[in-house]
Amino acid sequence: MDCAITVRDLDLYYGTFQALKKVPLDVMRHRITALIGPSGCGKSTLLRTLNRMNDLVPGVRIQGQILLEGRDIYAADMDVCALRKRVGMVFQRPNPFPLSIRDNVTFGLRVAGQTDRDVQDEVVEQSLKGAWLWDQLKDQLNRSALELPMDQQQRLCVARVLAVEPEVILMDEPCSALDPIATARIEELMLDLKTRYTIVIVTHNMQQAARISDYSGYMLLGDMVEFGATSGVFTSPKDKRTQDYVSGRYG
Amino acid sequence: MRIPPRYSQILAVGLMGAATLLTLLVLVFVVVFVLGKGLPAVNLQFLFGMPRDMGRAGGILPAIVGTVLLPLVAIAIAMPLGVGTAVYLAEYTRETRLTKVLRFGTDCLAGIPSIIFGLFGFIFFVVMLKMGWCLLSGGLTLAIMILPTIIRTSEEAIRAVPNAYREVSFSLGATRWETVLKVVLPNALPGIVTGVMLGVGRSVGETAAVIFTAGSALRLPATMFDSVRTMAVHFYILAREGISAENAYGTAAVLIISILLINLATYGMMHRMLAARTK
Repeated sequence: MDCAITVRDLDLYYGTFQALKKVPLDVMRHRITALIGPSGCGKSTLLRTLNRMNDLVPGVRIQGQILLEGRDIYAADMDVCALRKRVGMVFQRPNPFPLSIRDNVTFGLRVAGQTDRDVQDEVVEQSLKGAWLWDQLKDQLNRSALELPMDQQQRLCVARVLAVEPEVILMDEPCSALDPIATARIEELMLDLKTRYTIVIVTHNMQQAARISDYSGYMLLGDMVEFGATSGVFTSPKDKRTQDYVSGRYG
Repeated sequence: MRIPPRYSQILAVGLMGAATLLTLLVLVFVVVFVLGKGLPAVNLQFLFGMPRDMGRAGGILPAIVGTVLLPLVAIAIAMPLGVGTAVYLAEYTRETRLTKVLRFGTDCLAGIPSIIFGLFGFIFFVVMLKMGWCLLSGGLTLAIMILPTIIRTSEEAIRAVPNAYREVSFSLGATRWETVLKVVLPNALPGIVTGVMLGVGRSVGETAAVIFTAGSALRLPATMFDSVRTMAVHFYILAREGISAENAYGTAAVLIISILLINLATYGMMHRMLAARTK
C-alpha cells in the first residue's frame, strides 16, 4: 500500500458535540482523494485534522490516530508548523493577502527567514508555473493580488502553497466561489498537480469528485459511510445511503 | 396626535442638519477667533526666538521644542507597551473573566481626569523617585495617560484583521508570533497609527498633567532630566498670570495650527498606507 496518510478510528468532539465518529481514511500518494457528503457531515472537519488546523478551534478534542508517512501527527513531539509546511491547504474562498503577487508567493519563504532575492525569484517562478500563472503574470509580479480575477486568485493561493514545497495539498471546496469555466481550469490544474503531490479535496459537487478523483469517501453525520475507488463508489456503491446520495435521491 | 410621515421626515432632516451646521459653526468660530487674535503676534522672531521677561517679549522656541519632545517621549514609552498589551489581549488570550477585568480597567483609566495623572506623576516620579520636574517625568506621566487609548484602538484594529489571513498564515507553517509580525500588525497598522495620533493629540494639548511633572522652565532642555514647558502650559501661564495676552494668543494660534498639521499629516499617512495595501 502506498499510503501518504492513514487515519484510524478518528473521533472528534467540538465541546460535547461529536463531529467525527471512528472515521478511517487512506490517502494514496500522488492520487486525488475526494471527500463528499451533505453539509455538516464532517468532511471539512476531517480535512482540517490532517494539517491540525482544528487545533485553533476552542474546545476541540481528538482521539484516534492520524499517520503521515507512518508518523503520528498528533504525537507530543510533532512540530505543528513543520507539519503544516508538509501538508498545505487551499481554502474555500480565494484568500490572497492584500500584498503584491510576488509577496503572496514568497510569504512562506519570508516566514522561514529566506530573504535571498535570487532564491525568492526562483521560487516565485517555479510556483507560478506550477499553478499555471507564470505566463500571464510574469510581467506584473508587483501588482496587488486583490486585482486578479477570482480564479487567478485561487490559483495564486495554490502557488503560495506550492512555494513551501508540501507533500500533500488539502483543498476545502476550492471551486465553490468560481464559475464553471474557472472550475474546469482548477480541475485540470489538479490533475496536473497530482503527478507531483498528493491531493485531498472536499467538494459539494459530485460530478467534480467523479471527474477528477481516484478515491472517494462518502460521509454522513460524522460517519465514513463508504470509501473506495471513485469508479466503484459512484457506479456500484455497496451502501444504500451512498447510492441514494450519488444518484441524487438525497442531499 | 401624530405628525404625518412626510413632515416628520422633513423635520428630522432639518433638525439634524441644523445640529451639524451649529457644530461646524462653533468649531470655525473658535479657530477663526483664536487665529484672528493670535496671528498678528506670530512672526519668525516669535517662532524661533528665545522668550524675554517671562514671555512678555521675545519668542516661544523653548515651548515649541517642549511641545515636540514631550509627546515624543510619551509615545516612545506608550506605543510598545500599548501595542504589546493589545496584541496579547487580542491574539494570545481567549475571552475570560481576566481579559474582561483588564478591558474594564483600561476603560476606567481612560476616563480619569488628566489632573489626577498629573498628581500621581508628581508624587511618584517627581517626589518619590526624585526625578524632579523634567522631560522624563512628564513623558512617563503622559504615557500612562494615553496608554488606555492606544491599547483600545490597537486592540480594535487587530481584531478587525480578517481571520482568513491568520488561517492562511498558520496553514503555511507560520507560528503565532510570525503571524502577528507578518500578517496581523501590518494589516492593523492604519488603526494603530490612529490610536497613536489620538494620543499625540492629547499630549500636545495637555496642561494639567504636564505642569506638575515636566515643570515650566523657559530654557531649551539639554537632557531628559531638564524641565520643559509646552505651548499649552506657556499659554496657560501667560494668560493666568496676566503676563501678556498678545503672546498668549500668539502661542494658542501656533498650537492650533500645529494640531491641524498633525491631523492632516495623519490623514495623509493613513491614506497612503491604505492605498499601498490595496493598490
